[in-house]
Amino acid sequence: MPNTQELQDLVTQVRRDILRMVHKVNSGHPGGSLGCTEYFVALYNEIMELKEGFDMDGIGEDVFFLSNGHISPVYYSVLARRGYFPIDELNTFRLIDSRLQGHPTTHEGLPGVRIASGSLGQGMSVAIGAAQAKKLNGDKHLVFSLHGDGELQEGQNWEAIMYAAGNKVDNLIATVDRNGQQIDGGTEDVLPLGDVAEKFRVFGWDVLEIGNGNDLEQVIAGLKEAKSRTGKGKPVCVVMTTEMGNGVDFMMHTHAWHGKAPSDEQLETALAQNPETLGDY
Amino acid sequence: MTKYTDQGKQDTRSGFGAGMTELGRTNPNVVALCADLVGSLKIQTFIDENPERFFQVGIAEANMMGIAAGLTIGGKIPFTGTFANFSTGRVYDQIRQSIAYSDKNVKICASHAGITLGEDGATHQILEDIGLMKMLPGMTVINPCDFNQTKAATLAIAEHHGPVYLRFGRPKVANFTPVDQKFEIGKALMLNEGTDVTIIATGHLVWQALIAAENLENQGISAEVINIHTIKPLDDAAILASVKKTGCVVTAEEHNYLGGLGESVSRVLAVNHPAPQEFVATQDTFGESGTPDQLMEKYGLNNKAIEAAVLRVLKRK
Repeated sequence: MPNTQELQDLVTQVRRDILRMVHKVNSGHPGGSLGCTEYFVALYNEIMELKEGFDMDGIGEDVFFLSNGHISPVYYSVLARRGYFPIDELNTFRLIDSRLQGHPTTHEGLPGVRIASGSLGQGMSVAIGAAQAKKLNGDKHLVFSLHGDGELQEGQNWEAIMYAAGNKVDNLIATVDRNGQQIDGGTEDVLPLGDVAEKFRVFGWDVLEIGNGNDLEQVIAGLKEAKSRTGKGKPVCVVMTTEMGNGVDFMMHTHAWHGKAPSDEQLETALAQNPETLGDY
Repeated sequence: MTKYTDQGKQDTRSGFGAGMTELGRTNPNVVALCADLVGSLKIQTFIDENPERFFQVGIAEANMMGIAAGLTIGGKIPFTGTFANFSTGRVYDQIRQSIAYSDKNVKICASHAGITLGEDGATHQILEDIGLMKMLPGMTVINPCDFNQTKAATLAIAEHHGPVYLRFGRPKVANFTPVDQKFEIGKALMLNEGTDVTIIATGHLVWQALIAAENLENQGISAEVINIHTIKPLDDAAILASVKKTGCVVTAEEHNYLGGLGESVSRVLAVNHPAPQEFVATQDTFGESGTPDQLMEKYGLNNKAIEAAVLRVLKRK
């Protein structure tokens, strides 16, 4: 296991990757990516039990599904830096003939990705199916999933939330990125989500909260606690409060950077706030 | 005229159920999901014999499609079951992203397709599902004609890797294909060789096409009848070989003429061998309540409609 400083260095490097990727093609979603950087770094380097290499079935290892596929930059950076594909391939993000599509897909055969996502609200159902396949296979490993908070406005989630509790899918840890922002504004202004944790609880989930999802140690501790609660008859939900755009001062406290790339000058400022650690791609 | 014997009327959905029973006994990776329509889909035996491999999802079809996609990750072969309307239109984006684009090995099994669902009326009678499904890249679309063929198709799609849409129906119809006939995905079946006109039919209209061909023979018209159970991938070669011989074609299907088998045949002909074609299909309309026979008569989906279409197309040769 890497030590905390090494993981923190990785967090900073991933933030640089995200910024440079979206800047290069002047498109993509930096805000949610930056907000979930600690989660992805912790998940892939500290929390999940992973085999070497990649196969679609993922038998004998933990598997992860990204439901809010628009935060592909953080996903791609962490996958590449975990060794799923060459780090240099981050150069191809959103370019023609790339495996790094705007939203993640299995279609181009990118290692690490097991489902296409982007059209919102579908990932939890898929994660439930994979969790049930693990049970049928006698595979004790876990299924993790990540969901945007705004995404919970999609009704399919609530079908899935009801189903997972009713069918005791207790090998699933679904994390909600509670950044309170969506494209058109704050979630509570666009369509109020209210008390997300309580909603999962009354649907029958075991819920825990991570108060600051941009504090790496809190994220690791929270996800470890979530793992300890699996196998007890209830699906586990982690409501993780994050700051969209975290790590770049002018991208925080606003929904403005949900899906907008920085200019040359803005990139320079943002990168200066996140000095190179492991080396740029 | 090749003779076919009705072995006794049965519903094609029961053919699906029989296929599932057999798969439950022979293929441990096959799992079934259903959205609160177990009785309608005829899968109770599969459930009784394999309770751990059945997932009741409730009235939540979108979730069912996503769970099915997830179950493939780990090697399962999920068969989803609900009415055709709720198997396609209701969950199009879930199928598109989580199944088709993600290349998941899900079998979307749709009962009560078409107008012969009957008395429930237009809310439940989807006549657009073939079009919706055939437009998805990588999707195989199958519409078998009777009990035996539906059972055989159910077994065949378990052996095929990739997403499949299997469409079948509610009413009891003639069961005439051989009980042991192997189902080859994408392979048209020649039912009767003829020289004057080609009738290309799918689903419940295949039996109607055979009746029509017999009646036409009595009028001195030699009709070739082809059973297209697989609408995608379409057996272009079989269609072209026949139409090059006969010079004209009637397509017959329980579906809107927009988006169905007829349009797929038109494309093949337009590109390779243009020929006069008439469409036996619903004419861009919704259905309504009634008995299956009444509806087939009113909406022009029976042997009489096929015979009339043949007389029309022959004049255009």
